[in-house]
Amino acid sequence: MAVITYRQALHDTLREEMLADEDVFLIGEEIGVFEGSYKITAGLLDEFGEKRVRDTPIAEEGFIGAAVGAAMQGLRPVAELMTINFSLIALDQIVNHAAKIYGMFGGQCSVPMVMRTPGGGGQQLGATHSQNIELYYAFVPGLKVVAPSTPADAKALLRASIADNDPVLFLENLALYNTKGEVPETVEPAEIGKAAVSRPGNDITIIGYSRMATVAHQVADKLEDEEGISAEVVDLRSLRPLDRETLVESVRKTNCAVIAEDDWLTYGIGAEIAASISDGAFDSLDAPVRRVAAAEVPLPYAKPLERAALPSAESLTTAVHETLEAVGRRR
Amino acid sequence: MSPEHWTRPSRPDEQTRNGTASGPAATSAVPTREQVIAGLRATSEGGADLVQLLTPEGQRVSHPDFDIEVTDEQLRGMYRDMVLVRRADREGNALQRQGQLGIWVPLLGQEAAQIGAGRAMRPQDMAFPSYREHGVAWCRGVDPTELLGIFRGTDHGSWDPNTTGMGLYTIVIGNQCLNAAGYAMGQRFEGRVGNTGGDSADNEATMTFFGDGATSQGDVHEGMVWAAVYDAPVVFFCQNNQWAISEPTERQTRVPLYERARGYGFPGIRVDGNDVLASLAVTRWALDECRHGNGPVLIEAFTYRMDAHTTSDDASRYRLDDDLEAWKLKDPIERLRVHLVREQIADQEFLDSVDAEADELAQRFRDFCVNMPEPPPERMFSEVYAEESPVVAAQRQDYLQYLDGFADSAAGGVH
Ligand SMILES: Cc1ncc(C[n+]2csc(CCOP(=O)(O)OP(=O)(O)O)c2C)c(N)n1
Ligand SMILES: [Mg+2]
Repeated sequence: MAVITYRQALHDTLREEMLADEDVFLIGEEIGVFEGSYKITAGLLDEFGEKRVRDTPIAEEGFIGAAVGAAMQGLRPVAELMTINFSLIALDQIVNHAAKIYGMFGGQCSVPMVMRTPGGGGQQLGATHSQNIELYYAFVPGLKVVAPSTPADAKALLRASIADNDPVLFLENLALYNTKGEVPETVEPAEIGKAAVSRPGNDITIIGYSRMATVAHQVADKLEDEEGISAEVVDLRSLRPLDRETLVESVRKTNCAVIAEDDWLTYGIGAEIAASISDGAFDSLDAPVRRVAAAEVPLPYAKPLERAALPSAESLTTAVHETLEAVGRRR
Repeated sequence: MSPEHWTRPSRPDEQTRNGTASGPAATSAVPTREQVIAGLRATSEGGADLVQLLTPEGQRVSHPDFDIEVTDEQLRGMYRDMVLVRRADREGNALQRQGQLGIWVPLLGQEAAQIGAGRAMRPQDMAFPSYREHGVAWCRGVDPTELLGIFRGTDHGSWDPNTTGMGLYTIVIGNQCLNAAGYAMGQRFEGRVGNTGGDSADNEATMTFFGDGATSQGDVHEGMVWAAVYDAPVVFFCQNNQWAISEPTERQTRVPLYERARGYGFPGIRVDGNDVLASLAVTRWALDECRHGNGPVLIEAFTYRMDAHTTSDDASRYRLDDDLEAWKLKDPIERLRVHLVREQIADQEFLDSVDAEADELAQRFRDFCVNMPEPPPERMFSEVYAEESPVVAAQRQDYLQYLDGFADSAAGGVH
């Protein structure tokens, strides 16, 4: 099995999907000549030409709106938003149009488009360029939101997103682009809306997605090695639809859970997860569900402050310890 | 200057010169896309409407609509401004290369556009910049060391917009045009525009700075619509440096950018952005129009980004050295230097003293940079709400307690 980066997995998948289906095309700022802000589209302009790799004017609402129009005509646009922060300029197109056209047009035309975009802080890009606002989209009926954490999932979920007949926000993360992982020779499209128990365990469930799923793994490995704690990791992979069954099943087994999220605590993704656990596994819970999230401040710019504001392996470990202590079976 | 200047249809010869069709007279000869692009690219000369007062060879020329009386001292002053600002800019680049700054956004090549515009402003005016406006900041009295926090990553900008009349740098493209329109509307509603009694020069105006790429954003369009509808005293100062990162101007427009103003119903003027005198003259006129209640005005300063987009960018991947070489011949500082020397407005002693001052500034800039303290951790909590917020206060307290116990820990915490 090849070991490749998350970036490479995205690049290869885009290329393969473009080769397989002429209706798939790319649209966004600086994706052609410049090969994308994070080089996901490297070489694709040369290979596929301007018709299928469209450099756009600096106008997010414009190119997302154009992609919606193209999708309505049956094409399969894959738009790249430089970062999720700039998706805010296209919010109306995404929320009011991409998400609603299918229903409001009486089911007569769907919007099979993908919006690829990285979220994430920790790169010292300042408060307006470092947000984790996938929640804004996960909140909206009519949209799907996927958030892979590994190269293999990036591939499987991107294939699925492009094949999907509804608009999908495909969340990447700046801190994941250079991470590596095994990717099989052929990867089938994932089923959108399925979480993965990416690390089985018995003592506690740690739930995360995107970057925080990888942090959850590091923490779980360390807890096992150093303290013999067997933590189960659930990688959500999809934020809408949300796979409540897998979550609930895991917590029914472990009887306690910690949620790790890069976004802000109040009303964050974790709040929905905690509510789902409360609904589905209340009888099994031996301790309150805890959440590890970012400090509720605009992300600071200075490195030490930024580091301090973001959730980390340390804060997650603390939450696991405190939860197990509450359960009364900390070793 | 007469209003016909910007409302008349284009002359036939102008269409071929600019390669673009504009106005009703042109509809029968709509150019091909290739002609449009060729026309835009061929505008390294700026086209027929370019306002220029100092040729690239340093020759003073006159212009029928814009002329300006400047003293020798003012000329020397603007030379000094440009040399110092360029020096700080180059030092910023070097500091980034040496790992002292996270990023630097070079202004190289755009000194004349910015110093001309900045020196046309009066203390009571307000500037809304993008992120490349180091020359404007200089003119507003923001010391170059104050720019360092943004690029070293210690703060989002530390100067006081109220006392300097200079807003903070804006990175989300185009956004500041709306804020500028709103600010200018305020100036108008509060009666700080169009007063004739007393010294009419006390009237106020606003100026906003943005790039060619930004002109594609809805925010810029809406800013222009609002400003036009409310006769807001705002100058839209677009520095067309020909590039938006890797995208050339033809990815943003089919007509020369200054011509867009006509569609909004206010004047648009293209000025040689490498000519500090022309930039000063046109901007002073535009600000005065605003002061008198005749705003808004669009100025397109036609220039070239001589360095990469930022220190994270390698411009050789997408553009030709030929362009760069051609624009080197139009260097804004060199042309003024030649003029000063030829006209005996400045002697060698003056030029040397400016260079020495630039060396001192560079040293001060560097020393300041490497000695900048990290902000204290509690600052992240003190800059969220203007009023004390219970949620933030609780977090601050938790965090400071936490810090007391452990060094180097995280506030993104457990809840
Ligand atoms: C809303 C938004 N979209 C995209 C970006 C990324 N970006 C930063 S600078 C830039 C190019 C801007 O070009 P231009 O307006 O010509 O200004 P210049 O950099 O040439 O001064 C882009 C696309 C951004 N900062 N904000
Ligand atoms: Mg530009």
